[in-house]
Amino acid sequence: MAAKTILEVKDLKTWFYTRRGIVKAVNGVSFTLDEGECLCLVGESGCGKSVTALSILRLFDSPPGKIVEGKVLYEGLDLTTCAMPLLRSIRGKDIAMVFQNAQSALNPVFTIGDQIEEQINTHMPHHDRNSRQKATALLEEMKIPEAAEALKMYPHQMSGGMKQRAMIAMGLSCDPRILIADEPTTAVDVTIRAQIIYILQELKARRNMSIIFITHDLSLVREIGDRAAVVYAGKVVEIAPVEHILNKPAHPYTIGLISCLPDISADLKRLPSIPGNTPNPIDIPSGCPFHPRCPSVMDICRTVEPEMLNISGVQIAACHLYDANVTGKR
Amino acid sequence: MKIQQILEIKELKKYYRVTSGLIPRPVGDIKAVDGVSLTIAEKEVLGLVGESGCGKTTLGKTILRLEEPTSGEILFNGMDVVKLNKGDMRKLRGKLQIVFQDPDSSLDPRMTVGGSIEEALVIQGIKSAGERTERVGALMEKVGLEAGFYERYPHEFSGGQKQRIGIARALAMDPELVIADEPVSALDVSVQAQILNLMMDIKDRDGLAYLFVSHDLSIVKYISDRVAVMYLGRIVEMAEKHEFFKDPLHPYTEALLSAIASLRPADKEKILLKGDVPSPLNPPSGCHFHTRCHRMIAICPEVDPAYREVAPGHFVACHLY
Repeated sequence: MAAKTILEVKDLKTWFYTRRGIVKAVNGVSFTLDEGECLCLVGESGCGKSVTALSILRLFDSPPGKIVEGKVLYEGLDLTTCAMPLLRSIRGKDIAMVFQNAQSALNPVFTIGDQIEEQINTHMPHHDRNSRQKATALLEEMKIPEAAEALKMYPHQMSGGMKQRAMIAMGLSCDPRILIADEPTTAVDVTIRAQIIYILQELKARRNMSIIFITHDLSLVREIGDRAAVVYAGKVVEIAPVEHILNKPAHPYTIGLISCLPDISADLKRLPSIPGNTPNPIDIPSGCPFHPRCPSVMDICRTVEPEMLNISGVQIAACHLYDANVTGKR
Repeated sequence: MKIQQILEIKELKKYYRVTSGLIPRPVGDIKAVDGVSLTIAEKEVLGLVGESGCGKTTLGKTILRLEEPTSGEILFNGMDVVKLNKGDMRKLRGKLQIVFQDPDSSLDPRMTVGGSIEEALVIQGIKSAGERTERVGALMEKVGLEAGFYERYPHEFSGGQKQRIGIARALAMDPELVIADEPVSALDVSVQAQILNLMMDIKDRDGLAYLFVSHDLSIVKYISDRVAVMYLGRIVEMAEKHEFFKDPLHPYTEALLSAIASLRPADKEKILLKGDVPSPLNPPSGCHFHTRCHRMIAICPEVDPAYREVAPGHFVACHLY
């Protein structure tokens, strides 16, 4: 079954021009998103996964930020160059975003109902009269008890889990085709996290919606993702179906990330760890950005940047180890 | 062989008075820690898990008397910490230390990291500057930092390195018990493993005990000997690690384990808890967990379950057992 590609990000570069230098937050990210698919962007803090998401809708501050190269194609339309009014009509309607911190993403002086209805009324004016009904239905879909009452609440009257669900309801208010969820469960507890993941899984199945799920937590990837893209130093280093990423990762960074999760089933005496720290985005190492921390580093890695190589049809990784010309094998 | 308990807590309570109105009147208590009893043996790691607001951090701070307990006993090597005066408490703090969650806010940004570590030695009365510098160097090496970093400031370090400094400072006076309050939750996954390994190495070498507070069960499983689960100010289950993960008894523990994909037995259905953690200002009657419990019986909203030993070393507070 070949699903239709709905979003394509091509060699995207978003740089921030600061006084201390050029921060290459996103430095050549490419991926595609199919209809009804959940793609996880996985990476450590500062790797550029959030800026990638913001770049899709051009939501970062500009200046200092600028998309210096690349394309974001939504149904053939390049979102990086299209006119602002057109982009505005897509934001929130076709492509919606849910942020990590519901506390700061919600407006404290308006009720939840006002904030959800505002979005509905902006994008679907004809909905005017029954926008409240729609908002109630959305909160019910989010499994918020007494939805009609909850609409009258201000953000501070809600618990963290409820706020996060209200945020998702807001994201869904105009029936988007793509939902970008930026670490939507990082600020909530495990039991609440389980509830939110369950809701997202359900939504995906029922609405045939595409999701870009951004997270640093590989155990969540297993729960929700169809495919995962591992991001390191502003680049996608590996992209593959979730089972491949978790069970037979190819890129040394992915291998490292997975092995340093404490394995619940095994009794380890010592955790494997990746030496060193994530690179500073102002000063990204030459060649392969992972080479200073890589256990299988070769000479070529220090100077030549690896290209994305096809490993097994569905699995693609940027690593010289898989380049027959470099290793001479295969 | 009798195991030497270095910490014994009996019925510890920490309440915060809540007031309201123009002329403040008490309207109730937040029972952050509500009758907790536990022991930690020499060289043992007790993992303390729970969701945010369950009181695990307050418990850690109260043990050190960074928060004054409302009632209860804290016996450290048989000595009641609650009854100590300020001077004696200060002497004891060298042996009873804490590592905080956020290395950014627990280090003074205007002090060199060497100075930060040395401060602990000054307070503990080591007068010779030469000896202090030498010990700071040794401590920094112990946590995997170059001694040459002495003159640097916290902002020059990454999160993982800052946490190493926090650990070095806690180790300055050769403590016997370190309370580690979510020491790796602010760090990236690849760095978390480094810090956990470091903490295990130090424990093995120096023979200290940890109270390891965390919300992450996979980390707790890696580092602990025994695990305790807290819910709304109370410990609901405590057991030896293998038993805890193999045979969790309390429904809340079951739900916690079930929330983690890799922890959930394949044959078991995922348990989704209803609702949120109730407010500690107004906890539910009877068993605090009954409002969210999937195995509730008639007695639960009425009677508070006793905290009992149901198998050797396995304690649980639930009417089902």
